[in-house]
Amino acid sequence: MSSETASVPRSRWLLVHAIVVFAFLYLPIAVLILYSFNGEGVGGFPPRALTLDWYRTLFADSPLWDSVFNSLQVAFAAMVISLAFGIPAALALDRAQFPGKALFRRLVLLPLILPGIITGLSLLMLFNVMGTKLSLMTIILGHGTALISVAATEVFAGLQKLDRAQEEASLDLGANYWQTFWRVTVPNLKLSIIGAALLIFTLSMDEIAVSFFLIGRDNTLPLEIWGRLRRGITPEINAVSTIIFVFSLAAIVAWYRLRLRGTGNADVEANLVESAAPERL
Amino acid sequence: MASTTTSGSASNTHTNSASKPALLSLRHVAKNFGKNRVLRDISLEIAEGEFLTVLGESGSGKTTLLRIIAGFEHASFGELWMGEERLDKQPPYRRRVNTVFQHYALFPHLTVEQNVGYGLRVAKRPASEIAQRVSEALDKVKMAAYAKAKPSKISGGQQQRVALARALVNRPRLLLLDEPLSALDANLRRQMQVELKFLQREVGIAFVFVTHDQEEAMVMSDRIALLRSGELEQVATPREIYSRPVTAYVAQFIGHTNLLKGEVRAGVARCSSLAWELELPDGPAVFSLRPENIRVVDTGNAARAANTGGDGLRVRGKVMHQAFHGATELIRVECEGGQVLVVRTPSGARIQDEIELEFSAADAVLVRESPQRN
Amino acid sequence: MFSRAYKTAVTLPPVVWVAVFLLTPYLLMFCYSFWSVSASQTIVHSWNLDNYGQLLTINVYWQTLVRSMWIAGRVTMFSLLLGYPLAYFLSFYAGARKDLLYQLVIIPLWVSYLVRAYAWKTILGSDGVLNTLLQYVHLTKHPLEFLLYSPFAVVLTLTHIYTPFTFLPIYAALQHIPRNLVEASHDLGATPAQTFWKVIFPLSIPGVLAGATFAFVLSLGDFLAPMLLGGPSGIMISNIVVSLFGAAYNWPLGAAISLCMLVLVVGMLFFSERLEKRWSFS
Repeated sequence: MSSETASVPRSRWLLVHAIVVFAFLYLPIAVLILYSFNGEGVGGFPPRALTLDWYRTLFADSPLWDSVFNSLQVAFAAMVISLAFGIPAALALDRAQFPGKALFRRLVLLPLILPGIITGLSLLMLFNVMGTKLSLMTIILGHGTALISVAATEVFAGLQKLDRAQEEASLDLGANYWQTFWRVTVPNLKLSIIGAALLIFTLSMDEIAVSFFLIGRDNTLPLEIWGRLRRGITPEINAVSTIIFVFSLAAIVAWYRLRLRGTGNADVEANLVESAAPERL
Repeated sequence: MASTTTSGSASNTHTNSASKPALLSLRHVAKNFGKNRVLRDISLEIAEGEFLTVLGESGSGKTTLLRIIAGFEHASFGELWMGEERLDKQPPYRRRVNTVFQHYALFPHLTVEQNVGYGLRVAKRPASEIAQRVSEALDKVKMAAYAKAKPSKISGGQQQRVALARALVNRPRLLLLDEPLSALDANLRRQMQVELKFLQREVGIAFVFVTHDQEEAMVMSDRIALLRSGELEQVATPREIYSRPVTAYVAQFIGHTNLLKGEVRAGVARCSSLAWELELPDGPAVFSLRPENIRVVDTGNAARAANTGGDGLRVRGKVMHQAFHGATELIRVECEGGQVLVVRTPSGARIQDEIELEFSAADAVLVRESPQRN
Repeated sequence: MFSRAYKTAVTLPPVVWVAVFLLTPYLLMFCYSFWSVSASQTIVHSWNLDNYGQLLTINVYWQTLVRSMWIAGRVTMFSLLLGYPLAYFLSFYAGARKDLLYQLVIIPLWVSYLVRAYAWKTILGSDGVLNTLLQYVHLTKHPLEFLLYSPFAVVLTLTHIYTPFTFLPIYAALQHIPRNLVEASHDLGATPAQTFWKVIFPLSIPGVLAGATFAFVLSLGDFLAPMLLGGPSGIMISNIVVSLFGAAYNWPLGAAISLCMLVLVVGMLFFSERLEKRWSFS
């Protein structure tokens, strides 16, 4: 729409509103980053004494690094589980008819919109009944299960863009279903799968609500931070939060670029919106 | 600029614009999108009650021109006047101009009735007036039975009628139609062409109709404005534009034609093996000769006798290809001297391999070579 | 086109997994809610409706649930008020910068919830950034206490978290509106304001419903923000559940409350979906 005349007064207010909202969204993060360099720790205005001390303390903090390592393990394992079950789930939703399909679809998508506490507690009860001890393994199972929804949504969206004729051509040329799957379907879904993997990994690294109930002796990073927060605020936490922010930023830029590459500019918004708002399945 | 004078003179001599007052006046309108000069120096007058078609290929700027009149684009240069009012300063919702969009743009959340009444509701007309005018408009486009339906439930052709009613019910001074028939199949299209023409006569509102289909333009218009690369090649009635094309481009765009390239020297025009007398200054020349103006000479003796004495030019040639077009055939002939001519003859006649063609010099219309534009 | 074997191979593993790790846990939760806890802190499998009875009669549960819904309601409303105009601005006025601005909106989504909640804690505390700033510029003399450890803090933080969530589906819905509808509306005499209310907003309602449902449901079940920032007056229903599974050790009661939440959430989803379908026109 390029009629420039009449919309200007209106868009001035919208612009102001937009600026205010962006400020609101980024203010806490900006404060966090700023104060991670603050010599006098958290709080107090204005910040004095720029220092890297908190980052130094951070690097020496071995329980924290243990939890980072745990989180990485969990994230990778959860990624594997989510993809291993999410990709077939997407295929099943796209191509198969079976009794209970509607229920299955809702169940798969439910963890996306259900508060984490319900997902976490229900799994806790399962492990309790099964007699499983709580550990990183239970967390892995929890994340994996909850994040199947993310994998399924992204791959499903990718399937809609897949040209069915390619698979038909492959079958026509003599490849069987298994071969077609690996030679044609998966390569076409490459970008969806990588995008999903990135998203799952990031979400798992940050996950706290479900993990809260399934945790054993070993902490994940968010739970480690949480524990410290209960005991009192330390500026170290600002530092680690800043680092998490930087990594998250890198992850999303990577994910966005991936989308751009996969679908070209025209479709980017539609894709992003579909995949980032996965309840629209 | 040459083309402006041409269009000016064409419209002055061939439309009765003296008797009909000018409704809309475009003065030196130009539009650039970045470096792309989509419209260059368009000056055009649209008369009250006329059916004007803006004809051109894709990329010619015709849709942009329409959007400038509607108000969805700003002209980079130039002015738009409606009567005494300067139109281009006004936003689209203040102009007494309505548009029928290419893909109809019906509001999906409103019924047919509500769609048609939209403009009236926005103008806060009383409910009884709205109901009455809407029902009249729907009757005119024969969609009264669908008043309560939603757009998703009616066909493309029906949506188009609703779009028409929605625009017309506001009694605009000018109606703009952006390739409204392009999404319809051929038969429906022909039917709608006739209906639209009747409708326009009935309501007496000026229509500006945009299309790339030259046949459509010929059938429906009072005048055609042929647009090429952002400039007007010719503005004239369909007959005029067909029989007296001003440039080679116009001649080729509308209908079939043969372009004869040659030169004029000492009062004689020469194109390969053809020559005839012509009072023109010396120089290169291009002529347009319509296929139906060329006759195949009957080689019977009696016929030949009857054909001598006239200003008929004759040339022999070899038939390269014959294409059946229903009532007529188009025959491609390679003539002596190398010129290829396309001839239109009634179907059914037996055509031999070697034939003789005849045409009248008066039918070879001098056209300008169109300048290259980028 | 796909063989039976293919479809089975593709369907069976996820269905089994989902049955074991999603469906069964919910069913278990259902069962637990009818059991009770014995004096010696063990769970007794005696089926009864006591837990539900407690929910209906004991005040603290009722009041907390109502307060939680009130907080969730406010979060939803503010998120929509912030998110909708932003989405509208990006979709219709941002032009070429749309993409970049879109990225800027979803970046916070990817940044840890914990990090963001913690950030607010540092800002809102009595020694926090906001209070010291206000005192520094002499707007206040003493720290404002209500900023932290209050429902205010919870609503503020959750609004911050969920505004991008409401933004996304609204933006999607707005992007799907064909631009020629806006032009048609202008062409027919409607100003931009009239066009918004008569054409754009009605067509964006499914997005608004989706965003609102998302924000409401997730805020309702949130327990982290109240724990960090809510103080005693900001306790929400999930915090009660957390303690029932923790120190207060009453799993069956906790399960009953969770089940109620689950039913409520699923109910809202169905209801919202119904409404979305009614308001969807393409």
